[in-house]
Amino acid sequence: MVHNSLSYRFKHYLLYLALALCSMFFLVPIYMTVITALKQPADINLLTAWSVPSPVYWKSFAEAWVLLGPNLKNSLVLTFSATIISSFVGSINGYVFSKNSFKSSELIFTLILFGMFIPYQIILIPLFQVLKNMGLYGDLKGLILAHVVYGIPIVSLLFRNFYDQIPDDIMESARLDGAGYFYIYGKIILPLSIPGFVTVGIWQFTQIWNEFLWGITLTKQSSNPVTVGLSQLAGGQAVSWNLPMAGAFITALPVIAIMVFLGKYFIRGLLSGSVKG
Amino acid sequence: MIDRRKNTFISVLILIPSILLVGLFIYGFIGNTIVVSLSDWGHRLGGLAFDPEKNFAGLENYRQLFSGFVHGRFRQDLVNAVFYSILLMAGTLFFGFLFAVLLDRKVRAEGFFRTLFLYPMALSFIVTGTIWRWLFAPSGGVNIIPTFFGGTAGTFLWISSRATILQFNWQDLFQVLSIILAFVFLTLLIRSLRTGSPKGRTFSIVMLLITLLYASVIHRLLPPILPFEEMHGFNLATLGICIASIWQYSGYAMALYLAGLRALPESIRESAQLDGANEFIYYMRIAIPNLKPITLSAVIVLAHISLKMFDLIYAMAGADNANTGHPSINMYLTTFRANNFASGAAMAVVLFLLAALFIIPYLIHTHRERRG
Repeated sequence: MVHNSLSYRFKHYLLYLALALCSMFFLVPIYMTVITALKQPADINLLTAWSVPSPVYWKSFAEAWVLLGPNLKNSLVLTFSATIISSFVGSINGYVFSKNSFKSSELIFTLILFGMFIPYQIILIPLFQVLKNMGLYGDLKGLILAHVVYGIPIVSLLFRNFYDQIPDDIMESARLDGAGYFYIYGKIILPLSIPGFVTVGIWQFTQIWNEFLWGITLTKQSSNPVTVGLSQLAGGQAVSWNLPMAGAFITALPVIAIMVFLGKYFIRGLLSGSVKG
Repeated sequence: MIDRRKNTFISVLILIPSILLVGLFIYGFIGNTIVVSLSDWGHRLGGLAFDPEKNFAGLENYRQLFSGFVHGRFRQDLVNAVFYSILLMAGTLFFGFLFAVLLDRKVRAEGFFRTLFLYPMALSFIVTGTIWRWLFAPSGGVNIIPTFFGGTAGTFLWISSRATILQFNWQDLFQVLSIILAFVFLTLLIRSLRTGSPKGRTFSIVMLLITLLYASVIHRLLPPILPFEEMHGFNLATLGICIASIWQYSGYAMALYLAGLRALPESIRESAQLDGANEFIYYMRIAIPNLKPITLSAVIVLAHISLKMFDLIYAMAGADNANTGHPSINMYLTTFRANNFASGAAMAVVLFLLAALFIIPYLIHTHRERRG
């Protein structure tokens, strides 16, 4: 192929032009969020929605930070505890499904997997009732329990797929050396599991951080997570848009950071969770 | 052998807590919601009482949803959800594939573009909804973009438009469905005639005749499912929601397709080039058919997402906006605001059955594949 031919170069430019156009579609919402968050409330009107703020007004971020503060704290507690617990549940389950499968373990796995695809409305009423009867309704503990339980399918799937990549020979030779079930798990499998924990950890972190339906139906005001806080910030009738936009920016920051710095693991979780082999 | 049995014993022991929890919180709760949907819990006041009145009501709640006076909004929500699912799937798969093809050609800064196309996927729907609500503000946002190029501002009401297209009378629901099915079987028949494979040909012919017979004759002989005319259709107000969801999920489809394209052996591409296929033909005739399993799993995930969609609509349009309604929103309002638990449960079951239509065959398929 002659790489300097006119048609090749033309195609090349066309490709980058197309990519630039597509990029616009993804950059515009960021642009809009940032400029609106940096405007003075009085400067925000529909006709000048696209113009750059002058002067730049930083106070909205501080104000949104204060308003969302309790919600952010709830979300941090909720997300970290539920993510850590469910990662360990996933790891031990994945170890069984991948390295210690038995006659009906595949069937059990499929039956568990089913829980990943249900619309959660179908379990909402009994969940609400059970948490109420357990005295956990309205509390963060109830929400943590829900996230751990309904996370079992996805974390088991992700860890099973991860452990499938570790060769069985390691297990066999350890067994021949007389190593027991938990010794192999603790001394051989767990040390190899760090990438698995990162993948599952950031997957669960983003899912739980972003969750809204349970947040709004199962918690009281004092334990509302950040998504609920943001929806209330943006929900009023006479909204001054600087606050919701600053709030959206703050809420998005942790997951955007994950995307930028650990995107590789995020994609790995995405692929492993969708393409089952 | 003893060792193996001991291993299995420990494995089962480890799985027992998960099995019990999933058994109770998923299967048990689904069963419980179905039971609630067959009761009258919350039809009168006091649904939240300590010991609420619950009587068996059979399928009455479902009858009310599909052919009762008060649930016209639910029927429109259902129609909205169907159109929403179709548009979300079509748009996401189309743009995802387009982005994947663009990035598949050794682009400089590929990592940057990949992150850029994928980052919305990591955002909360509430964040997405808040931002797009402002972008779709009636006399601002995207509507005033044309004025930058000397055009006139758009006037379309993205989230609050009351316009509806593709309207049909709910009384003719089964007629409409059978005509759609007739088209499906006609396509299957034509395909089997073209490829010359007799597989399923008789079945297609029989089904085609049955659906046509139903649409033209039988439908008229049956009593209408609703005692009065009620028009439903595609509410244009859902377009804004669709665009925001496609924005959020096309990167997901891109990531799947890109991994799939990269996994196709280079030899396929080379032999296609030797046969004189240009790139367009390569993607249409070779890549897309080879990526069918990916398309299938993306469709399953997207169907599940569009059927449970709640957060985005709540944040973009509010729960009370009837034009952009969705069964999941209606279920929330009915259950947690009106405390009408039985009707809310029935709505949840309808959503669940729609989702199960996709999921159960898919899970059986992957289960067999893993074992086989």
